[in-house]
Amino acid sequence: MSTKQILEKFEPRRQNLLMILHALQDNHPQNYLTEEALGETAKHLKLTKSSVYGVAKYYTMFSLKPRGKFVIRVCVSAVCELMKGQEVIGHLENVLGIKSGETTPCGTFTLEIAECLGQCQEAPSMMINEKVFNHLDEQKIREVITEYRKW
Amino acid sequence: MIKETRITLKNVGKINPESIDDYIAAGGYAGLKKALKMEPFSIIDEVLEAGLRGRGGAGFSTGTKKKFTSKSCLTCPQRYVVVNADEGEPGTFKDRVIMENDPHLYIEGTIIAAFSINATKGFIYLRGEYTGSIDKTRKAIAAAYERGFLGKNILDSGFDFDLELKLGAGSYLCGEELTMLESLEGKRGHPRIKPPFPAEKGVFGAPTLVNNVETLSNVPLIIANGKDWYRQFGTERSPGTKIFTISGKVKNPGYYEVEMGVSLRELIWDLAGGMSGDKPFKAALLGGAAGTFVDASMLDERMTYDNLREKGATLGSGAVIVMEEGDSVYNILHNCLRFFKHESCGKCVPCRVGTSMLVKGTEKLRNGVPDKRALLDQMVHESEIMAATSLCPLGQSPILPLKSAARYFAEDLLI
Ligand SMILES: Cc1cc2nc3c(=O)[nH]c(=O)nc-3n(C[C@H](O)[C@H](O)[C@H](O)COP(=O)(O)O)c2cc1C
Ligand code: FES
Repeated sequence: MSTKQILEKFEPRRQNLLMILHALQDNHPQNYLTEEALGETAKHLKLTKSSVYGVAKYYTMFSLKPRGKFVIRVCVSAVCELMKGQEVIGHLENVLGIKSGETTPCGTFTLEIAECLGQCQEAPSMMINEKVFNHLDEQKIREVITEYRKW
Repeated sequence: MIKETRITLKNVGKINPESIDDYIAAGGYAGLKKALKMEPFSIIDEVLEAGLRGRGGAGFSTGTKKKFTSKSCLTCPQRYVVVNADEGEPGTFKDRVIMENDPHLYIEGTIIAAFSINATKGFIYLRGEYTGSIDKTRKAIAAAYERGFLGKNILDSGFDFDLELKLGAGSYLCGEELTMLESLEGKRGHPRIKPPFPAEKGVFGAPTLVNNVETLSNVPLIIANGKDWYRQFGTERSPGTKIFTISGKVKNPGYYEVEMGVSLRELIWDLAGGMSGDKPFKAALLGGAAGTFVDASMLDERMTYDNLREKGATLGSGAVIVMEEGDSVYNILHNCLRFFKHESCGKCVPCRVGTSMLVKGTEKLRNGVPDKRALLDQMVHESEIMAATSLCPLGQSPILPLKSAARYFAEDLLI
């Protein structure tokens, strides 16, 4: 869908800004908000470009730079730490060959950290795009990533 | 041996959350039907006398809040209900359980709440990462519109109410009610100065009732069954049930709905199956990052808002994070303080600078300062200054885990 088509689905009111940014980001194959998208949004809502940028920048789920097809969010909050979650990031970094915050050169994966995903009963946890993965250990991480690599 | 008392969770696992017919067959929307035949003020009185208290963490009387909101600014053309579904407190997942398994329950509660304060428009502010809850809620709202529980002239009562789903985007602070209102207006998540409270000046400047998902889920039950039925559960000052989410080193981590007033020991050993390994209990963090550490001396205290507050602990969101002997309270405290630093919005100086200083201080405790005791005292002092001077409750929170850890587990922090 084009930016225009998405914007037309929302009434031009500022209260729709976050929903618009979500929709635009989800629509982009690289899971991010382009300059063009922010500019068009500002025009649609009759806001300054800087205030749209300010909102996009504030919220951690929005990205202003290209990301992978799959965004991995690893929980680093208290319960996951208690359940040996610090190791999860390390395993993922090894398997993917990137550091937290980076995207694999092929553009498939981006590795990010997140706060409590509300999965604490099965910690440690992570999400890949919309899907949750719990009870993570090195073996499970390898399996999940291998599965996603096939896509 | 205590057992669960499932009232808000009674449908969990028993009905298809995507089927409104299942929900209705299980007695759903009966509360709404009854409410629409009542006078709005008598709905408020029923909730007030049932003694329901906010389940979002603060434990404020829900009936009183409704009363304020219904009476403020009578000339305002519009009032709103906002559902706080931004659940982000580490260790907490009770609202997710309701939203994923029985979404119509809290939607029904929201409609009743709206009718009682004469709000014709409402928002659900749901955290963006909760994809399962978003999906179920979206479908439930659509089904409720289809059946005439939402929209114009609800069940021929003459009452109109529109409910819209809005998504958060990864900010813990947006769970704080005034910050949530800013976010709903499409702005950065910066808190507002209180007062005015949402009841006076909420979203778009209009009187607004903000309630948590679990709080609202109790409302249909209270209206359908009456306040006396509700008061048979729990204690005099904390009636009803509470969903606790137990995680960490227990055999059966998960969610448990119990009558208010059970003890921590009962939660851990009767419900969660006891400790997961051979090691004894060491600590629990109650209420998440904005919560308090307790040691074994607190195991038999009643888990009610007032009793825990008197003992210097918190019930908060109902998170119970259990640690065993050998686990490091230092590490978990460090994690909580790091969390606050990450989530501080930077608007006010005490919180922006203070949350960073506390993380640095905690790290210094491990990197050989000569007088660790003095440093720890200094940190507690800093957190007191933050609590006194921060603009919003986020900056007022680090004192909770810090002071309680220093009180019960100083030896962990000072090694
Ligand atoms: C930093 C911060 C985060 C909060 N997060 C939540 C939350 O995720 N969910 C919630 O219901 N209340 C949260 N609260 C509490 C709300 O500000 C508010 O008290 C609550 O929505 C009131 O609803 P209740 O009376 O039904 O509990 C938070 C408070 C603070 C200070
Ligand atoms: S702390 Fe990681 S999912 Fe809750």
